[in-house]
Amino acid sequence: MATDAGIEIRNLYKIFGPNGLAHIDAVKQGMTKAELQSAHGHVLGLKNINISILPGCIQVVMGLSGSGKSTLIRHINRLIDPTIGEVLIGDIDVTKMSQKELLQFRRHQTAMVFQKFALLPHRTVLGNVVYGLEIQGAPRAKQEEAARYWIERVGLSGFEDNYPNQLSGGMQQRVGLARALTNDAPILLMDEAFSALDPLIRVDMQAILLDLQAETKKTIMFITHDLDEALRVGEKIAILQDGEVIQQGTGQDIVLNPADEYISNFVHGVNRGRVILVETVMQPLASSSNAKGPSILKSLCLEEAARLMSASSSNVAHVVDSDGKPVGNLAVQDVMSAIVVPVRHDDAANSGF
Amino acid sequence: MGWLTEFPAMNAESLRALKKAIDSGFRGFTRTYGEPIESLFLPVKYILIHTERFMIDTPWPIIILGIAAIAWVASRSPKIVAGTVIALLLIGYFDMWEDTMKTVSMTSVCGALAIAMGIPIGIAMSRSDRFQSLLKPILDVMQTLPSFVYLIPVVMLLGIGKVPGLLAIVVYSIPPIIRLTDLGIRLVDKDVLEAADAYGSSNWQRLRSVQMPLALPTIMAGVNQTIMLALAMVVVASMIGVGGLGQPVLKAIANQYFTLGMFNGLAIVCVAIIFDRVTQAYGRRLQKYQEVLHGN
Repeated sequence: MATDAGIEIRNLYKIFGPNGLAHIDAVKQGMTKAELQSAHGHVLGLKNINISILPGCIQVVMGLSGSGKSTLIRHINRLIDPTIGEVLIGDIDVTKMSQKELLQFRRHQTAMVFQKFALLPHRTVLGNVVYGLEIQGAPRAKQEEAARYWIERVGLSGFEDNYPNQLSGGMQQRVGLARALTNDAPILLMDEAFSALDPLIRVDMQAILLDLQAETKKTIMFITHDLDEALRVGEKIAILQDGEVIQQGTGQDIVLNPADEYISNFVHGVNRGRVILVETVMQPLASSSNAKGPSILKSLCLEEAARLMSASSSNVAHVVDSDGKPVGNLAVQDVMSAIVVPVRHDDAANSGF
Repeated sequence: MGWLTEFPAMNAESLRALKKAIDSGFRGFTRTYGEPIESLFLPVKYILIHTERFMIDTPWPIIILGIAAIAWVASRSPKIVAGTVIALLLIGYFDMWEDTMKTVSMTSVCGALAIAMGIPIGIAMSRSDRFQSLLKPILDVMQTLPSFVYLIPVVMLLGIGKVPGLLAIVVYSIPPIIRLTDLGIRLVDKDVLEAADAYGSSNWQRLRSVQMPLALPTIMAGVNQTIMLALAMVVVASMIGVGGLGQPVLKAIANQYFTLGMFNGLAIVCVAIIFDRVTQAYGRRLQKYQEVLHGN
């Protein structure tokens, strides 16, 4: 199975209602969600979505409830049909597949993990995990072999014969994850997969996911409403509001340059030390000055850098790239001012009164 | 003001003409199509006769053993099996064995037929809202129309005997299995169905490995109801010549034989309890996975 399957979403619109297509032009010309609702009784689900996900990359889509993120992820495997637009996997358009092609696509190219786990209650853990391969029609021995491998990888060995309602929420979602991984599909869709879990378990599951991703290199779309989770998991993040993407970029892009008030409210409480990278705040090397302090990798986050600097009790450090070549200097003041949330303009104006 | 106190009914002349027209129309239909329709039911008749003969001709200890074995397989409960055996022995001791076997065989065949037809109809009903809204009023009529009323056309069409009995029994007992199959499938968790879709299940795969197993407890309730109704109707259908425990009851009513009526009535109760307990215990066993709760 090719892992070079990127996902390219182009000009995707979804209008819910009996005759969504009729209102597409109005929406394109700027009709808002509220206007569409009150004038025509149709609900604007997604508006002009353009996201491209690189192969082997984790793309997070973040938004509050009602922002359309769950609608969006269901367009990738076409559990929801778009009103117009394209979803390209490689160069195949999911939206144009026949029913038969779609079944094959879902069986072999995608796997999905759900917020409410959606396990089969009448089947054991093993019975649930083999589900994808069973649907594919794989031989039973192969199904069980793969299932047992992934059950072990997600840390559920010994629970193969338990029923889902004998397991805690965290364990049930491990079953959900094992079911998805056993499917051996290059694309993994995670719809608020960890949102229903309590915070410690959630961090645990994120770690498992990142661990497994390091070796499987799947193309993942990860939906969440939790910014910390988005920043931890996502290589790229897209923020959705009222069915529109209002900002896309790396976690650092979003934290440093929030596109609007909405996002800056979102990122206000974020631990910036874990998001901003050394290379962003360092002073680039002007000349070959002598290297002072500890050497720090430029791709580290500021929190790590601060730890290294305080461990060697120095106020400055020199920054190196992955080959060990010096590229800049970092002073403690730079780290501190970057970690502290900048004073917003309106706050500054008020205090100056 | 006469029309206020007395309903302005259709005049007697035209009403009589209307009834006559319908009656003679139906009679004509029976004369023309009665025989082909009857021959349509020949295989069913064959099955009915042979099941009954089998139940009566087989030595009673074997029958009791067989029923006890079925009860055990279905319920895994020694209590239910013991109760079944005792009830059957008592029935035999009071000389109602043959009638009971007739009733049991008729109930089994009719119940099985109703279930075999009802489940697919219920599945079809769950898949289409239009079919559901079409079928619901028909099921309502089947359940509420007094059974004696539809015994009349059945008798006109097929005469008296086993086959018209079977027709009446199936019509009367099929609604619960259809309704509960439909309901059970519609109640299956939408999230689980979505998961089945997301993994590329075909309609058949989704039905077989998600919808049917999850709807099974509800469907089993329908099976239980259908069998109970079939049994109730087997007794009523004694009026159109279906043999079994209903016949002596009918005789007892006509002649005011209190004890005869009581004995046979109690035998019917025993058979009903056996059918009910065994199917219910089987239904409960099918949903075992729901009993083991998280935290043990």
